[in-house]
Amino acid sequence: MNTISIPLLIVIPLGTAFLIPLIARKKRFIADILGSAATLALLVLSILLFRYQGVYSIGGWEPPIGISWVQDGFSNLMLVIVSLISFCATLFSVQYMERYTSKHKYYSLFLLMVTGMNGVILTGDMFNLFVFLEIAAVASYALVAFGGEHEELEASFKYLVLGSVGSSFILLGIALLYGMTGYLNMAAIANNLPDSNTMLLMLATVFFIVGFGIKAALVPFHAWLPDAHPSAPAPISAMLSGVLIKALGIYALTRILFNVIGVSKLYGGVLITLGTLSMVIGVFLAVGQWDFKRLLAYHSISQMGYVVLGLGIGGYILASDGNIHAGTLAILGGLFHLTNHSVFKSLLFLCSGSIEYSTGTRELKEMGGLGTRMPVTRATCTIASLSIAGVPPFNGFWSKLLIVIAAIQGGYHWLAVITILVSFVTLISFLKVLRYTFLGELPEFLKQIKESPKSMLAPLIILAILCMGMGLLLIPGIKEVILDPASAVLIKGAQYAQDALVLH
Amino acid sequence: MKGMSLIVKTVTRWVKVFIFLFGVYLIITGHLSPGGGFSGGVIIACSYILLTLAFGKEFTLNRFGTGIAKVLDSSSALIFLIVGLLGFGSGGVFFANYLQKRFPGEELSLLGSGNILISNIAIGIKVASSLFLVFIILSVLRLVTGTDGIKRIVQDEEEE
Repeated sequence: MNTISIPLLIVIPLGTAFLIPLIARKKRFIADILGSAATLALLVLSILLFRYQGVYSIGGWEPPIGISWVQDGFSNLMLVIVSLISFCATLFSVQYMERYTSKHKYYSLFLLMVTGMNGVILTGDMFNLFVFLEIAAVASYALVAFGGEHEELEASFKYLVLGSVGSSFILLGIALLYGMTGYLNMAAIANNLPDSNTMLLMLATVFFIVGFGIKAALVPFHAWLPDAHPSAPAPISAMLSGVLIKALGIYALTRILFNVIGVSKLYGGVLITLGTLSMVIGVFLAVGQWDFKRLLAYHSISQMGYVVLGLGIGGYILASDGNIHAGTLAILGGLFHLTNHSVFKSLLFLCSGSIEYSTGTRELKEMGGLGTRMPVTRATCTIASLSIAGVPPFNGFWSKLLIVIAAIQGGYHWLAVITILVSFVTLISFLKVLRYTFLGELPEFLKQIKESPKSMLAPLIILAILCMGMGLLLIPGIKEVILDPASAVLIKGAQYAQDALVLH
Repeated sequence: MKGMSLIVKTVTRWVKVFIFLFGVYLIITGHLSPGGGFSGGVIIACSYILLTLAFGKEFTLNRFGTGIAKVLDSSSALIFLIVGLLGFGSGGVFFANYLQKRFPGEELSLLGSGNILISNIAIGIKVASSLFLVFIILSVLRLVTGTDGIKRIVQDEEEE
């Protein structure tokens, strides 16, 4: 188990995605077994590979000419997150997707999306990144439209158009970098970029920020997300909000900004601005929503703002040679919040799916009093709501605390205040959710409902336990193993280039 | 009369084989000249699309159906993956080119590229069947406004 097995992270989901339509078209249970087995294998593999770092040259062609896959602390962390959430989502799908036709197509598209995300995370080559990004994006367009109704098709079309605009910007940025350096390998580009910050390089960076900003749904570019995420089936919403916007948006953007182009004060400032805007606007748009999943989607925008704010503060401080301790803490906080958000937001979307499965509605005003009928969903949903609002024992609190402390140490007192205020508004909006779903009178037409089946409750319980326990990741000894390697990759910045060319 | 006019039908009957063969040529000489799996696959798909346009979609659906195209679509992708995995097994690296590449006295021969030829053929079949399926799906599905005023996608014929 070392770098030799990196290709398996791509081969397993890709092979299963094409095997399922061949042998499981008529028998649904084979598709269930194959899909769950593939994601379970990915989870085990990504945990086993966690300690290793290295570079894999495909076909034996050495970088900078050949395509290389780079495994370092940051990509290891992202791989575990993707595998964990996709395993929980497939477990949930077994029962939930029974209501839809063509289950084999669903699993096939799902695994293609996982392939694309794993590829984006692993690759050390610019054009390879674009290809995997498109695989994941195209699969997600199809999955958003999976219900086939008018509303889903409209949301999917909007997502398709805006996503393609984002991809075009990314492709233009890659073309500009290729024209400037003559390489597509990320490490080689980083080594050969012109020293001075030329206009062309800035233009490429702006293209990357816009393109990946659309993929990550940061605020000026967020229009597609509140339509696309609620329209998809619940496990897909959990995947889209939980990992897709992070792997395709935040991960790729930070990898290119920090490790390839090199973060400067200007780009750090841009990230801080985008993060603050997303945080504030996202949460205020969320408060007024009455559709459960649409409310969660707006909160995804807001929480992505926290992550980008943390990374931006860290980048700005590092670029301006300020308090290095505060910069490290900010990046650590951003990455930890990214990890936490993927757990509690996918838990919330799965909870909304469980409620929708039993009651058939997503409107908060039509629900009420479900707490007595659905005790497990109520408990897990409460834990997730308290996590996202940043209430102390749960994981969301610790990462927000790190970001606030880093903002104060770095001298951004106003940003710290805004962060705390947004957290309060988040709490208010989730108290509204809990009040209208689980408390109050049970409406007449919901008297007959039962708790969701056990196979749907298992992933809820797994994720809820993680929500309670992930604060432990900050304990010295555990932190050095799991979180520090990831933030070290971003702090080292241009050092990545040396590592990625030497490690193989 | 289904399909287009007699002139179009007659010309199509003559031309379809040449278009198909040109696609095959592009695929199997992809490592020697411009072309390759993708462009050749597109041209093969075009020959079937031309048949569908000239003779009507019932003609193509009754003769070929979508079943074979679906099987080819998935299995060719698997073949491509297996080519990569075999490199993993014999060369030690994913997608290693392990077949014999140099034949004495025959530079630039048809078999002189190792597994690139096999990969090109797999890609060609994949692209041809996928594009054909996309075209068929687009021609079979329609957007219909139901009695309740909600638009739905419906299928002309059952596909399975």
